Amino acid sequence: MSAQTAMVIAPLVPLAGALAVSLLGRWPNVREAISLITGAALFFVVVTLVPVIGAGVRPAARIVEIFPGVPFAFDLEPLGMLFALVASGLWIVTTLYSIGYMRGHHEENQTRFYACFAVAIAAAISAAFSGNLLTLFISYEVLTLSTYPLVTHHGTEEAKRAGRVYLGILFSTSICFLLFAILWTWHLTGTLDFRPGGILAGKADPTTLGVLLALFAFGTGKAALMPFHRWLPAAMVAPTPVSALLHAVAVVKTGVFTVMKIVIYIFGIDLLSASAMNEWLIYAACFTILVASFVAMTKDNLKARLAYSTISQLSYIVLGAALATKSSIIGGSMHIAMHAVGKITLFFCAGAIFVASHKKNISEMRGIGRAMPFTMSAFLLASLSVIGLPPMGGMWSKWFLGLGAVEAKEWIPLAVLMISSLLNIAYLVPVGVQAFFRPPDGSAPDTGLHEAPILCVVPLCITALGCIALFFYAGQIHDFLAPLAMP
Amino acid sequence: MSHLFSHYNYWIVIVLMMTGFYTVISRGNMVKKLIGLNIFQTSVFLLFITMGKIKGGTAPIVMAGKEDVVYSNPIPHVLILTAIVVGVSTTALGLALVVRIKEAYGTVEEDEVQAEDIRR
Amino acid sequence: MNYPDTALVADTQLPALQVVIPLLSAPLCALARNRRAAYAITLLASWSALVIAVLLLLRVHAHGTISYALGGWAPPWGIEYRIDYLNAFVLVLLSSIGAIVAAYAPASVDSEIPRDRQPLFYCAYMLCLTGVLGIAATGDAFNVFVFLEVAALSSYILISLGKSRKALNAAYQYLVMGTIGSTFILIGIGFLYMMTGTLNMVDLAERLAPVRTTRPVLTAFAFFTVGVSIKMALFPLHLWLPNAYTRAPSVVTAFIASTGTKVAVYIMIRFIFTVYGVQFAFASTPVAAALISLSLLGIFFASTAAIFQRNVKRMLAYSSIAQIGYMVLGISFVSVNGLTGGIVHLFNHALMKGALFLAVGCVMLRMKRTKLEEFRGLGYRMPVTMFAFTIAGLSMIGVPMTVGFVSKWYLILAALEKGWWPVAALILLSSLLAVVYIWRVIEVAYFQKPPEDAPPVTEAPLSMLIPLCVLTAATIYFGIFTGATAGIAHRAAEMLMAGGVH
Repeated sequence: MSAQTAMVIAPLVPLAGALAVSLLGRWPNVREAISLITGAALFFVVVTLVPVIGAGVRPAARIVEIFPGVPFAFDLEPLGMLFALVASGLWIVTTLYSIGYMRGHHEENQTRFYACFAVAIAAAISAAFSGNLLTLFISYEVLTLSTYPLVTHHGTEEAKRAGRVYLGILFSTSICFLLFAILWTWHLTGTLDFRPGGILAGKADPTTLGVLLALFAFGTGKAALMPFHRWLPAAMVAPTPVSALLHAVAVVKTGVFTVMKIVIYIFGIDLLSASAMNEWLIYAACFTILVASFVAMTKDNLKARLAYSTISQLSYIVLGAALATKSSIIGGSMHIAMHAVGKITLFFCAGAIFVASHKKNISEMRGIGRAMPFTMSAFLLASLSVIGLPPMGGMWSKWFLGLGAVEAKEWIPLAVLMISSLLNIAYLVPVGVQAFFRPPDGSAPDTGLHEAPILCVVPLCITALGCIALFFYAGQIHDFLAPLAMP
Repeated sequence: MSHLFSHYNYWIVIVLMMTGFYTVISRGNMVKKLIGLNIFQTSVFLLFITMGKIKGGTAPIVMAGKEDVVYSNPIPHVLILTAIVVGVSTTALGLALVVRIKEAYGTVEEDEVQAEDIRR
Repeated sequence: MNYPDTALVADTQLPALQVVIPLLSAPLCALARNRRAAYAITLLASWSALVIAVLLLLRVHAHGTISYALGGWAPPWGIEYRIDYLNAFVLVLLSSIGAIVAAYAPASVDSEIPRDRQPLFYCAYMLCLTGVLGIAATGDAFNVFVFLEVAALSSYILISLGKSRKALNAAYQYLVMGTIGSTFILIGIGFLYMMTGTLNMVDLAERLAPVRTTRPVLTAFAFFTVGVSIKMALFPLHLWLPNAYTRAPSVVTAFIASTGTKVAVYIMIRFIFTVYGVQFAFASTPVAAALISLSLLGIFFASTAAIFQRNVKRMLAYSSIAQIGYMVLGISFVSVNGLTGGIVHLFNHALMKGALFLAVGCVMLRMKRTKLEEFRGLGYRMPVTMFAFTIAGLSMIGVPMTVGFVSKWYLILAALEKGWWPVAALILLSSLLAVVYIWRVIEVAYFQKPPEDAPPVTEAPLSMLIPLCVLTAATIYFGIFTGATAGIAHRAAEMLMAGGVH
């Protein structure tokens, strides 16, 4: 299988999976087996592409010419490869987890759930592979639409309201700002292709660049840059596997991936840092990092706290893009993987706690570590990774981000990174600590070991170990991503 | 003054047109509205027909042996024959509708019909 | 005389057959006196019209513009049917809508129109198709008026056949407004004839050149523009449309919504670009500014009005008024991209609004009403219908990979080319209004439970679902493979911008 074929097949695999799932939804075992097989097949196809990209080959494919000169096209490079790898790898784990969670929780409409899930992954993969802005935009919108039924899965009044916020923010930002920016770019340059070094050089004056950057950054509502972050906490009404994969990995990472990709391949790092128009984005990202962290501290609902933590962490990646230095770009891109693995673990844990004990609030989780030792250990490990302490993968991405801030001689972001780590400690560590070291409420009898179903616990242990593994593989990831910083 | 009246046909057209238009707008009775519409259309027929007239022109029938005859332009007249047919069918259809409305609502006054519609 | 003819003189009878077949089938339907026979004739005639239109488009594509002298009378004296890219494209659109709606019709018609009137219904349907096809095919200004009236009179009849008595009043109001509109067009044509002595469009274009700035020509232009604006329901001349669309039988709404206003937009394009010439129409009159502001106002007014409707059919009717705004906006950009956007939106909107009204027709068949509360829980009770509604609705919003996105792409591009940032921003903003009104229906259909005492509802019959699904699939197909639609629209736009005479 040539790299080009593999690249075109990759998004089709989950689509075919979605079709099979919806046709065979009557038999739950068959349906879930198909989901798993599809996940494995996708991961296999994506993995075959890694050495090709590592060797410096850039496979490209034009699928269909939608507008003259603007095809639906794939064009693979290291950043997209990393994102696709993370999304497809974590999909398998999440599918395992979903089976445990959805069955343990007796959810309805599971066929729709698995089908939409697969379509969402297909959209994420297609976004990762996209060769131009139009392809990215199409994938972005398909992702929004396919996740809408997942967010509103329960069909309740609350879910409907959350769906409105979700769709309202993501649609309005993408249509009003992102699409506008894309058309403007086309108008200025006559191309929408992602090209190393960017396409805007010499085509736009600094003011235009600044406005365009704002349209792109805020237009990518999925990057959850404040003030367009409300959809992410709202989407937490979804079942936990959805929150885990989509709102820690696929959806939000598509957002920051879009920002990163646009900065690298549309603006070009050199152009952006030379124009000094990235300054405001740096501060917008810093603002989001701090404010979201503070909000996270006030949330007692574990999923809400994790949601705000995600908002804050996403802005690390936006910050990495905005700083536009070699290290910050690599650090930001690396953070896509590091944060994904860490945050998905935290969400898995939140879901496992909910399935096992129906507890949503942190204040109710005192002493829970004794009943759920595996879950809470994983939670602690992942917390450390999100905070950025060794020996966790999260440390490296923060390290490179800090390095990037130093390279850019931007001291405020550096300080923000430090403060934010402290805030992370303040809102994440207490959850784990009080689960282990504080006695449970007197009223609750000590029931001994009471873990979630095995299919819930195994995936979260895998991802927690993944956080540690990433610490040791950071060097490879760095080398893999290095071409990004070299136009 | 003579300039004003030398094109008196246009004045007739304008007066008719405005009369018809005003009737359509101001009357609430559906039959009267249709009559106004008819007058409005007729004014346009007149506009077409009079434009075909050429001073000293005669009916456009070719007469053998006469070279210097000025003929009126027959085309507008032909066109207006078609337009009259259209006008008649419009009026007929409109009246048929009014009959049906009378059957259904018991009135042909626009405001009463509207009031009925809102009430139900 | 020098008649500027570069067109291929037709060696086929296709242009005449395009109009004559539906025309002759109309009295046959009336004479048939049997609803099945009348339906068979309708189906046959409308599908052969589609075949002819496709053949014509292929011919134009292969050989260039076709000129057909009706009855053998050479233009400019006789009536000429002149088929170029623009009207071949419009003919394909009109006849495919006619054919698909005809295929969809019987079950819906059976439930909404008394049996003894059905042959007459099909007769009026064929006359209406004749009218719109004739408007698109002809190259003669007066002939346009005649066909306009054929289409209009038959559509008054069709609308008045609606189930409730409100349909009668809606048809009457439409009749009054429509007659004023077409009389205005007639006045415009009269003044043009007065100044040039010809009715052939190509000939008109030639002869208007020396007298363009005279007062009668300007007056003609004014009458004409207002008349056509009434016909296509451009804001604020749209008052007839909401009631007419809401009260008409489902089949009629779907057909008229996708053809009636579209053909009026076609006339506007044809007259502005071919007859008057862009230079005159937009350089020496403020009509472009007026059209742009009216269409933008219309888009926002009608979309907002749509949000507050409780009847889904009426909501879609208001949405149609807004969509007309996009087409007129495209025309008034006076650029190739703008015109491409306008023409392609003419096609695209016909597809998606046709699909939406067909879906509503399925709901009407089962629920007998189309109020929003009737849609409760329909997402699960009529899954195919509501899925089609959702897809076509997404297209109305302009989600990528649907036809709505293609239109918006060209329109915004045209606005950016002109440097009209606010217009581009407003087009984008208006999509959000579409999100609101479409999503209201989707939320009700998928999130609300039907009332406890609701009778069981089954999916609409296959004879209705298949045409619905075909149209819905087309909204996606032409959203991805834009070569056929946007490609032809682009060629037509280039031709029109170059003066429109080929």
